[in-house]
Amino acid sequence: MRTMAIVRRVFKQMLRDKRTLALMFLAPLLIMTLMYFLFQNNTTQVASLGVHHVDQSVVNVIDTKNVTIHHYDSSQARKMIKQHDLDGYLTQKNGQLTITYSNSNPTNTSLIKASLQSGLVKLKMKTLVTVTKKQRAALESQQAALKKLTAAQTQATVTKLKTAIAQAQARGDQATAEKLQKQLKQATATTSSSTQSAKATSYTTKSHYIYGSSDSTFFENFSPAFLGFFVFFFVFLISGVSLLNERTTGTLSRLLATPIRRSEIIMGYLIGYGGFAIIQTVLTVVFTIVVFKIHLVGSIWLVFLTNLLLALVALTLGIFISTFTNSEFQMIQFIPLIVVPQIFFAGLVPVDGMASWLQAIAHIMPLYYGANALTAVVTKGAGLGDIGVNLLILVGFMVVLTMLNIVGMKRYRKV
Amino acid sequence: MATDYVIAKQVSKHFGHQQVLNQIDLTLPAGMIYGLIGPSGAGKTTLIKSILGMEAVDSGTVKVMDTVMPNRAVMAQVGYMAQSDALYETLTARENLTLFGQLMSVPKIKLAQMIDYAAGLVDLTSQLDKRVSGYSGGMKRRLSLAIALIQDPQLLILDEPTVGIDPELRQQIWTELNNLKDTGKSMLVTTHVMDEAERCDYLMLIRHGIALAEGTPAALKQQYAVDTIEQVFLKAGRMQDANDGNR
Repeated sequence: MRTMAIVRRVFKQMLRDKRTLALMFLAPLLIMTLMYFLFQNNTTQVASLGVHHVDQSVVNVIDTKNVTIHHYDSSQARKMIKQHDLDGYLTQKNGQLTITYSNSNPTNTSLIKASLQSGLVKLKMKTLVTVTKKQRAALESQQAALKKLTAAQTQATVTKLKTAIAQAQARGDQATAEKLQKQLKQATATTSSSTQSAKATSYTTKSHYIYGSSDSTFFENFSPAFLGFFVFFFVFLISGVSLLNERTTGTLSRLLATPIRRSEIIMGYLIGYGGFAIIQTVLTVVFTIVVFKIHLVGSIWLVFLTNLLLALVALTLGIFISTFTNSEFQMIQFIPLIVVPQIFFAGLVPVDGMASWLQAIAHIMPLYYGANALTAVVTKGAGLGDIGVNLLILVGFMVVLTMLNIVGMKRYRKV
Repeated sequence: MATDYVIAKQVSKHFGHQQVLNQIDLTLPAGMIYGLIGPSGAGKTTLIKSILGMEAVDSGTVKVMDTVMPNRAVMAQVGYMAQSDALYETLTARENLTLFGQLMSVPKIKLAQMIDYAAGLVDLTSQLDKRVSGYSGGMKRRLSLAIALIQDPQLLILDEPTVGIDPELRQQIWTELNNLKDTGKSMLVTTHVMDEAERCDYLMLIRHGIALAEGTPAALKQQYAVDTIEQVFLKAGRMQDANDGNR
């Protein structure tokens, strides 16, 4: 009853605050749209490479769609890179290739590195192929000679056996004739098998993708994590600031001068702002799936559920953090401290590859569990059983924070 | 003694090194307007919050309606008006009243009637559906008073109820407070407006957390041999300072 009075109040207040509503519902869509276009075409990156006195055969193999070649007349790599704004400079002295990277953009550096490496491998293969061709010709002539020899030999054996069979048949010795017949068959069989010489196998690759397809983009891989992040961020901010307002305007203390339980206030907040978090989640998820045609492998209900749990954790965390602040400005200061680091552990950087102490930090971040579950559902079609542990941990975060909030309100009223 | 709404005994409280309340005794029987007067920072609001059970006291006991405070259930029987207007500005006055009515467990069928009654008392009936953000300071004060009255409580605790309210309406509110008193309700009112102090049935002077004097206005004036409560206040204060100087 009292909880519902708080819920109704939260709803009325939110619905009248049009700007906050817009921030909560439209801002995630705006940022997702921006990200979609940013990360959509990730294959058109082109690095510029200056070359000086490099063998044409080498230049030919390096020249790919990701690297453009410019020829220059100077061997001073540093100067040329600065002068012509190049990403790399390649020079040659006899058999020694020297590459200098500008490295102002690591992506371009790795593009050049990759095409240089694959180019050199290609070159090596080419020389290998010519060598093999020569060897093959030699082998083939030897084989022909051998074939002639075996053919002659077989012929001799066959005639020998045939005469022996004829003799045996003439003698009427059926057993010996049959035995010889078998030998004859064997002798002729060897000739036919030796003519099948080994042909060189050439490999072709055919790609299959378990998750997504060949045109999966960066955006598709990370959008689930960002979905979780936005819900987390906005709910954290709005719930934290609104409880803070309630404290600074004195309404919280006024509320606590009524027989309301501290838990009823917290529950009212959870339900009230939780409701808006649900709307935000549904809007953002549906928008991403429908407009950007994100390939959703798993159940959309699991996406909603995970996001809702994340929102509730953000809600309780926001209220909890607001206890330690005295103004909105101080609340904002907690964003780089509490919210931003979470995005690093949401799957943008693989957590498995992190140092062990960083992994430990990842495991105290709610977004780590939420984003992992979301990514698993969206890209791999994980079911409730697969992400159950993650969801339980989120519930755990929520319960602990709620308890802390209820105890924390003792500051304003002793009972 | 069921007729005493508030019994505070030897209440002491300090914040850090500062003694805010020093062994205060206070008894508020039914049907009385009890005035707490004293300068800002004297400890009036802390005493009120201790009586409400929102502030923990260092020593001493507070009983409200024969129940030891803090106690959550008793709060429903106390109408409280805070010193600062704690109102939801994006909501209308009616919505504010409805919210607090629900929190105070006013039955649904009675709620609309109580809102009309409380709003009428503070002359806000015509502006009930206006948002509080558009209210003047005096209107907010009146709405806070209306909220304190919403559950028709036996005990009203009013922290500076008439600040920013014009003289005519102040007159009106005091008349209404006296009417409420006649129905057996009690009020604990803080003020530093001395002519209001004269209207109280009983007064307590607080300064530096100490109850300097108490009694009916007439008795106090007689005790200090002066004509007004203001002079009582000034004289008592000087005597306190003189004593502190002797120590």
